[in-house]
Amino acid sequence: MSDYIEGIMDTECEVIDPVEVKEEMIVRYPTKVARKRAKQIVLNRIGEEGEVPPIQANVRTIPGIITQRGCCYAGCKGVVLGPTRDIVNITHGPIGCGFYSWLTRRNQTDADASPDGHNFMPYCFSTDMQEGEIIFGGEKKLKQAIQEAYDIFKPKAIAVFSTCPVGLIGDDVHSTAREMKKKLGINVFGFSCEGYKGVSQSAGHHIANNGIFTHVVGTDDTVGAGEYRMNLLGEYNIGGDAFEIERIFEKCGMTLVSTFSGNSSIDGFANSHTADLNLIMCHRSINYVAEMMEKKFGIPWLKINFIGAEATAKSLRKIAAYYGDQKLMDRVEAVIEEEMLPVKAAQREVRPRTAGKRAMLFVGGSRAHHYQELFSEMGMETVSAGYEFGHRDDYEGRKVLPSIKIDADSRNIEELEIHPDPERYRPRKRPEEIEKLKAAGLGVADYEGMMPEMKEGVMIIDDISQYETDKLIEIYKPDIFCAGIKEKYAVQKHGIPLKQLHSYDYGGPYAGFAGAVNFYKEIDRMVNSKIWGYIRAPWKEHPELSGSYAFES
Amino acid sequence: MLLRHTTAAVAERSALTVNPAKTCQPIGAMYAALGLNGCLPHSHGSQGCCAYHRSTLTRHYKEPVMAGTSSFTEGASVFGGQANLVQAINNMFTIYEPEVIAVHTTCLSETIGDDLPQIISKARDDGKIPARKFVIHANTPSYVGTHVTGYANMAKAMVDYFAEKNGVRSRAVNIVPGFVEPSDMAEIRRIAGEMGITPILFPDTSNVLNGPLTGKFAMYPEGGVTVSELTRSGSSKATVALGRLAAGPAARAMDVKCKVPCHILDLPVGLKKTDEFVDVLRQLAGVQVPDSLEVERGQLLDVISDMHQYLHGVKVGIVGDPDQLIALTDFLVSVDMIPVHIVTGTPGKKFEKRIREIVKDVPHRVNVSAGGDMFLFHQWVKNEPVDLMIGNTYLKYIARDEDIPLLRYGFPILDRVGHSYFPTVGYRGGIRLLEKILDALLDRKDRDSPESGFELVM
Ligand code: SF4
Ligand code: SF4
Repeated sequence: MSDYIEGIMDTECEVIDPVEVKEEMIVRYPTKVARKRAKQIVLNRIGEEGEVPPIQANVRTIPGIITQRGCCYAGCKGVVLGPTRDIVNITHGPIGCGFYSWLTRRNQTDADASPDGHNFMPYCFSTDMQEGEIIFGGEKKLKQAIQEAYDIFKPKAIAVFSTCPVGLIGDDVHSTAREMKKKLGINVFGFSCEGYKGVSQSAGHHIANNGIFTHVVGTDDTVGAGEYRMNLLGEYNIGGDAFEIERIFEKCGMTLVSTFSGNSSIDGFANSHTADLNLIMCHRSINYVAEMMEKKFGIPWLKINFIGAEATAKSLRKIAAYYGDQKLMDRVEAVIEEEMLPVKAAQREVRPRTAGKRAMLFVGGSRAHHYQELFSEMGMETVSAGYEFGHRDDYEGRKVLPSIKIDADSRNIEELEIHPDPERYRPRKRPEEIEKLKAAGLGVADYEGMMPEMKEGVMIIDDISQYETDKLIEIYKPDIFCAGIKEKYAVQKHGIPLKQLHSYDYGGPYAGFAGAVNFYKEIDRMVNSKIWGYIRAPWKEHPELSGSYAFES
Repeated sequence: MLLRHTTAAVAERSALTVNPAKTCQPIGAMYAALGLNGCLPHSHGSQGCCAYHRSTLTRHYKEPVMAGTSSFTEGASVFGGQANLVQAINNMFTIYEPEVIAVHTTCLSETIGDDLPQIISKARDDGKIPARKFVIHANTPSYVGTHVTGYANMAKAMVDYFAEKNGVRSRAVNIVPGFVEPSDMAEIRRIAGEMGITPILFPDTSNVLNGPLTGKFAMYPEGGVTVSELTRSGSSKATVALGRLAAGPAARAMDVKCKVPCHILDLPVGLKKTDEFVDVLRQLAGVQVPDSLEVERGQLLDVISDMHQYLHGVKVGIVGDPDQLIALTDFLVSVDMIPVHIVTGTPGKKFEKRIREIVKDVPHRVNVSAGGDMFLFHQWVKNEPVDLMIGNTYLKYIARDEDIPLLRYGFPILDRVGHSYFPTVGYRGGIRLLEKILDALLDRKDRDSPESGFELVM
C-alpha cells in the first residue's frame, strides 16, 4: 500500500509541467504586471547552435511586488568598494544607508598583510545628514567630515558615497573630493551612486568600476615580483573564499597582483595595470574594469570560476593554457591531482545521501550560475534558477551583447570612453595569438552565460518575487533553496532549508578545493537534517484520545 | 585588534559620525507596522532602503519580514513617486491581499516632497484600495530622528487612522509598548492580564516576529493588533505608554483625538520601573495587585539580595536607545551598580537631564551622550575601563578588543537568539536581566580568579 502511494507521488513530481507553472505564477498578477513578468520567466531551450531563448533582465522592478533587489549604493559601496581595507569609505547621507552596510556582507580581510596595517572595514563612517543639510546643502559638512576622518585616521585614501537625497539636493561630491584631495595630499574620490540610479545594485557596480578605474588603477607603475602575474576580478572574499584562492595560486606558482576586491588593498588596484592577465570571477559586477583595462593597457581577460572543484580545476587549466607554458601546465596538473584526492573522497562520502536531490538558486549576478557546479558535483540537480540583478549576457552569454537594447535606466549610467594609454598600452598577446587561443576554445574575453549550461525545460526567473518564490516552493518542493537573508526564513517556514549564497550563513569558504569540501558537508547537513521531520508533533500522527500503556498490558 | 585605529585621545568632531549608535526612522516604522494584524509594510522610496530594513530586521529576529517598496528610479525621483505608489498599492492588494498597507516614507520621497495623504486618496479614487481594506502612512525622513522616532510615528499613525470615539467609555485600557521585543510585548500583556485587564496592545509584534516553525509560511502571522481593536481603542478608559520617546506620541495623539487620558511611563525594566507600571495598572483597573505579581516581585528582590555582593560597585558602560537606557540605568543604580558611560545615538536634551537625575547619587563621574556614537563610547572606555558593557551586537568588537564582558541588549542583536522569546520587562524580565548580568560577570570571575581563590559556591 505505502509503496503504491510513493509511486504516485514520484510520477506526480515528474509530471510538473513548467508551462503550467509559469501560467499559475502570473495569473494572479494585474495584466500589465503579468505581461512584464512573462518576459522575465523563461523555460530553457538549447538550440542546435547552443542558442537559448531571450530573457528580459536588468529592467525596472515592479513597485510593490516584493523583490530581492537592493540599490545602486549597495552595489557600489557595499559590494565593490566595501571589501578594501585601507580606504576610509564615508557615506554621505542620512545615517541608515551607512549603518546597514556596516560589516554585514562578511568580507574577510587580512589586515596585517599590508605593511601599514590599515584596516577600516570594521568602521562605519557617515556624515549623518540632518534636515539643515537637506535644505541648505551638505557639501560643507562633507568637507568637514573628510577633514576629521583625515585628522583622526590618517588614511591613504578616502572615498565618498552618495545616497539618494544627495543627488536631489545637488551636492557635488566630486568637486568636494577634488578640493580635499588637493588640500590633504591623499587620494580622495567620490561616487554618485544614489540609490535610485539604474534598477538594482548592478548600476552601483558599474559606477564603482568607473570610479576605481578613473581614480586609482594605473597610479603606481611599480612592477612587483613573481611569475604569471594576474588580477582576480569580482571575488569579494566572503567567508574567506579569496584566502583559499590565494592558497591555490601560491601552490601553482602564480602571482596575484590584486583582487577586486576581496582581502584587497588600494595599493593593489593602483598597480593592477602591470599584470599580464585579468581573471573574472563575477562577470556581472566587474566586467567593466576588465574591458577598460584591456582597452587602456592591453590586458586580456578570461572568465574563470573557482566555485566547484571541477570548475576550479578547469579554470586553472584555462589559465595555464593561456600562458601556454609547459612548466605552469605541469605544475597545475600536479596541484589538481593532489587537491582532488580529498575532494573525491568527500564526494564519495556525501553522494549516496545527496544524489538526485533538487536545488533552486535565486541570487546575485553570478552565484546562481557558479553554485550549480557544486550541486552537480554532489549529484544534485538544479531545477530552477535566476539572478537578482544579472543582465541578459549573464543569462544568455556575451554573444547577445550587440542585441541588448539600452533603456533609459541604463543610459543614465556613464559609459567611460577609454583610449589606449600613450605610454602604458602594451598588448600582452598579439592579435593572432589571441585568435589562436580562441580557436582552441579558450574563450578569451568571453562568457557563455548561465542558460546554455542548464537543462532543457528548467525555469529561469529574473528578479524573482516573493509570490513566485512561494509558488515554486509549493509546486516543486525542492530539497534546498538558495537565496539571501530576506528569503531565508520564509522558505524555511515551509520546511525547506535555505542556504544563503550572499553571506553563506556565516560559513565558508566555498571556493576552490577546500571550499568545495566545506560546501558538500554543509549541504549534506542541510538536505538530510532530521529537524524538518519534527514539524509534525507526535499527537498529530495519533490523534486518538485514549491509548494503552505498557503497564496495563 | 579589530578596531585598531581607535585611540584614547578624544578629538572634537562636528561632521563625521563613526560607528553609529542609532539607525534610521523607516526601520522603526516597518517594525511597528508588523505589529498590526494582516499588515504589509511599504517603503516609499528607492528599493535599497527597504532591502536594508528587511535584512536588518530579519537578522535580528530570524523570522520572515515582508514589505513592499515603491522602487523609485531616476524618473520617479525627478517627477515624484505618485505613479509608483499607486501601482504598488494595486499590486500588493492584488497579489498579497493584506488587510492594511502601512506606508512609510524614506529620505528620498521626503526630499522630493511626496504628499502621501494625497497619493493615498488618489489610489482610493482610482479604485485601487478594495472595500474594507486600508492604507495608512507615517512620515519618517531619516535626516530627522532615528529608528526610535520612526517606530513612534507609525504607532501614532495607527491612532490617527483608526482610533474612534463612540461616546461610551469602555473598561478597556490601551497599552502602547515602546520599541521592545515581541517577548516583551507578550509579557506586558501577561502582566496586565494578571491584573484583570485585557489590554488593547499596539503595536504588538508577539506571534509575528517570534512565530513557530509549522511547515507553512504565513504571509500574515496570527499576532498583531487588529483594525477593529484599534477602532475601539478610541473608547478605552485610558492609555498607558511605556517609553516616552517611542510610545509617548501615540498615547498623546489618542488623548487629543479621542480624549482618552494617557499615562506616559518609562519602560518597565527592573524593579522600580515595573512597580510604577503595576501601580498605574492597579489604579486604572481599580483592583488589588494580585498575589501572583507580588510573588514575582519578591522573587526579583530575592535574587537582588542574594547576589548583591557581585553587583555592588560594578562599573558598566551602556549603549542603546533612550527609553531603554533610562529604565536600565535606573535598574543598575537600584542594585548599586555604577553606570559609567552612557551613549545613545538618538539626540535629545531631556534624555541627558533624566539620566543625570537617576545617577545623581552615584558615587562616580558618569559620562552621558545623547547623539554620540560607538567610537566616542569606545574612547571613553579606553580612558576609563568598565567591568561590563550592555548594548547591541556591534559592541562585540569593543568587547573583544578591550576584553570586557558584553551583555547583548537592544537593537540590533545579530548574533544570538533569545531576545525574541524571553522578555526583559517586568519582574520576571528583571530576573532574566540579572541572570545574564551575573552570568557574564561570574564567568569572567571564574576565568580570571587565581587557582587558589577559585570558588565553588558563589
Ligand atoms: S535613505 Fe534614509 S531611509 Fe533610506 S536607508 Fe538611508 S537613511 Fe534610511
Ligand atoms: S536611500 Fe537610497 S542609497 Fe540609501 S539605502 Fe535607500 S535606496 Fe539605497
